[in-house]
Amino acid sequence: MQLTEEKTAGETAVEEEYTPLIVAFCCNWCSYSGADTAGSSRFQYPANIKIVRVPCSGRVNPLFILRAFQRGADGVIICGCHPGDCHYTTGNYYARRRMTLLFSMLDYLGIEPERIRMEWVSAAEGAKFAAVMNDFAATINRLGKNRKLRDLRCAK
Amino acid sequence: MQRIGVFVCWCGSNIAATVDVKAVAEALGKQPGVVVSKDYQYMCSASGQNLIREAIRDSRLDAVVICACSPHMHEATFRKCVSAEGMNPYMLEIANIREQDSWVHKDRKAATEKAISLGTAAIAKVQLNAPLFESPNPVTKRALVIGGGIAGMQTALDIAEAGFKVDIVEQKPTIGGKMAQLDKTFPTLDCSSCIVTPKMVDVGANENITIYSYSEVEKVSGFIGSFHATIKQKPRYVDATKCTGCGLCTTKCPSKRNLNEFNMNLNMRPAIYIPFAQAVPLVATLDPTACIHFKTGKCGLCQKVCEAGAIDYDQQPTYIEQDYGAIVLATGYNQIKPTKFDEYLYNNSPDVVTSLEFERMMSASGPTAGDLRVPSTGKRPRNIVFIQCVGSRGKDTCREKPYCSKVCCMYTAKHTILVKDHWPEVDCTVFYIDVRTPGKNFDEFYRRAVEEYGVHYIKGMVGKVEQGDGCLKVQASDLLNNRQIHMNADLVVLAAAVEPDPSARHLGTMLTASMDTNDFFSEAHAKLRPVESPTAGIYLAGMCQGPKDIPETVAQASAAASKVIGLLSKDHLMSNPCIAHSDPTLCNGCSQCTNVCAYGAISYQDQMVVYKGVRETRRVAVVNEAVCQGCGACTVTCPSGAMDLRGFANNQIMAEVDAICN
Repeated sequence: MQLTEEKTAGETAVEEEYTPLIVAFCCNWCSYSGADTAGSSRFQYPANIKIVRVPCSGRVNPLFILRAFQRGADGVIICGCHPGDCHYTTGNYYARRRMTLLFSMLDYLGIEPERIRMEWVSAAEGAKFAAVMNDFAATINRLGKNRKLRDLRCAK
Repeated sequence: MQRIGVFVCWCGSNIAATVDVKAVAEALGKQPGVVVSKDYQYMCSASGQNLIREAIRDSRLDAVVICACSPHMHEATFRKCVSAEGMNPYMLEIANIREQDSWVHKDRKAATEKAISLGTAAIAKVQLNAPLFESPNPVTKRALVIGGGIAGMQTALDIAEAGFKVDIVEQKPTIGGKMAQLDKTFPTLDCSSCIVTPKMVDVGANENITIYSYSEVEKVSGFIGSFHATIKQKPRYVDATKCTGCGLCTTKCPSKRNLNEFNMNLNMRPAIYIPFAQAVPLVATLDPTACIHFKTGKCGLCQKVCEAGAIDYDQQPTYIEQDYGAIVLATGYNQIKPTKFDEYLYNNSPDVVTSLEFERMMSASGPTAGDLRVPSTGKRPRNIVFIQCVGSRGKDTCREKPYCSKVCCMYTAKHTILVKDHWPEVDCTVFYIDVRTPGKNFDEFYRRAVEEYGVHYIKGMVGKVEQGDGCLKVQASDLLNNRQIHMNADLVVLAAAVEPDPSARHLGTMLTASMDTNDFFSEAHAKLRPVESPTAGIYLAGMCQGPKDIPETVAQASAAASKVIGLLSKDHLMSNPCIAHSDPTLCNGCSQCTNVCAYGAISYQDQMVVYKGVRETRRVAVVNEAVCQGCGACTVTCPSGAMDLRGFANNQIMAEVDAICN
């Protein structure tokens, strides 16, 4: 306990220039294309958001998300096709149910539920993609570092 | 460990302006396994590709990472490039440092760091890549065209000309679409019927084309090369094989007061009707909601007079099952009903009409046989006001569309010229926001309206249309002269916005053909693949993809047809090898993967499994490689971790996450 407090006190100074790390899982058909559309339209969002391409939001295993948090990610966002528009018909529905469970589990563990988010972004919604990312980045900035799920063995 | 080559593209200044490409190449060159790391101005160019090929040869590379634009842009290009050098095309990963880095960030330091991070993730992933092999799937040499307007007809004709079978599914009783309702076409003033009806005849007579009119696509499954569709033929209560189209039933039908949809509800039709004289197929259709026999069980006059014995009151919907290699969406558009625009009095005055209604009023085949009359008085109008952009280019989402409907400026110019041509004494005034005339001979046409025919074009919007004494009172602003205008009009024509046909939404969901926020179908690439949906095997033609005029629609239809012909001329398509597979030693046969698979691609087999020296027969999951589409839903569901996805394997995604979070 003593140790944790000391560590917290020691880190306060560093946190002035803290830039969070955000991992975005984007489905190949809608949201990854939506991110590309944001790019072609030059809609800006923070560079600390890094996208992992997955075929479908239904491909996102909760373990990937936990892994990201363990490795030091401060926020994770999953983006998929709008309900009814999944390229694979139902993948986003499975993702939605799965994430509902995961989110409530994380909440139960005491992880701020705002650290993780699920959004629907279509291939045409470049502006929405950037808006969502800006908003999420602002939220994570407010929350500060993810300490709870971070695997200290992974910390540099 | 794989010998990896990293190639960082400048993309001219697109990437290099924001990302320090040299630093990226240098940093990635230090990653484990990387033996070559280079940067070049345009990696996708011939010399860029040569650079990659040389490196593969000289440094005996096993895998390649390209840091460039989105994989949606050039993944296929680079796969082709590496396979030309004998490398398996799936030993390639792309780090998207343009669309998802240099174009969305301005800070050079942060963007460079991000590029290194994305490149590192791609390297980590490619370390775990294994060669994947595509397998051939047969192509069904038949196309389905949904929509029988000018777009659908042109597509079908072109495909049929190439020798392939085509089915057209049209929801209305006849093909022809909106073009059959038009009077003349801009900018040549060609008679619309004279050019569209011969096409309808061609379609009807072509032995390669089957028309399913008064039909809907009920269900579609499958994928490019082998779709399976169920088509529902709605009961028209007339046996189409017997009906000769003589029209006797339509003249004898006593229920005559039903709105005529073909004439935009401007006049009445009988309960049994043929939409118009040139309909294809020329077959009567009975409207059960209007038919006296269906309401009271009596009448039956049409059945009595029909010499062919074609009337069948007991007809049921029929379902047609058919396989297709390709599907073309040509579902077209509707003009919005401007009922939410109270200021224009559309709901309250018969003398305020939409331009499509006006088109019928002007048409020789319309309710007045082309004799323009004011609906309320039956007199010739003295002056007509045309209001542009009704419901187009607006911000009020509950009643307006954000886009330009594109055709209104030109058809309004056409309307004014036609009116002036027939009745020079009629005064025509057009209120516009902008006049948009890009197109061959378009501006010349608009100037003719102004200069030769003396049509008054006034920049400014109409604020109010009121019922005056014997005419309408129009209140508008003249922006160029900064004054208010109060004028009388006998007739007001609203250039109402176009919107996609409502059937498109359901089809889009069924076919997983993505749509934009206005329910227009999205194209695979706005510039390079404008007639294809992002979903393979689905093609787009006409207004369903976005507002366009007839020549553009025909051009797009022919383009879509050529894409379909290219597809159907192949005997086999190579399948996507990024699909699921199950490890029989881990599978416990729980069936959860089968439940989530949207394609029914997973079945169970009893297999002899040897695991840790024990031989036993187990019930294990087996993936049908021809059916699996590679979504990966099963991999997450699998509780034992037996299911994995090639190309996006668990360990590959984990490796990417690890690399990013480092």
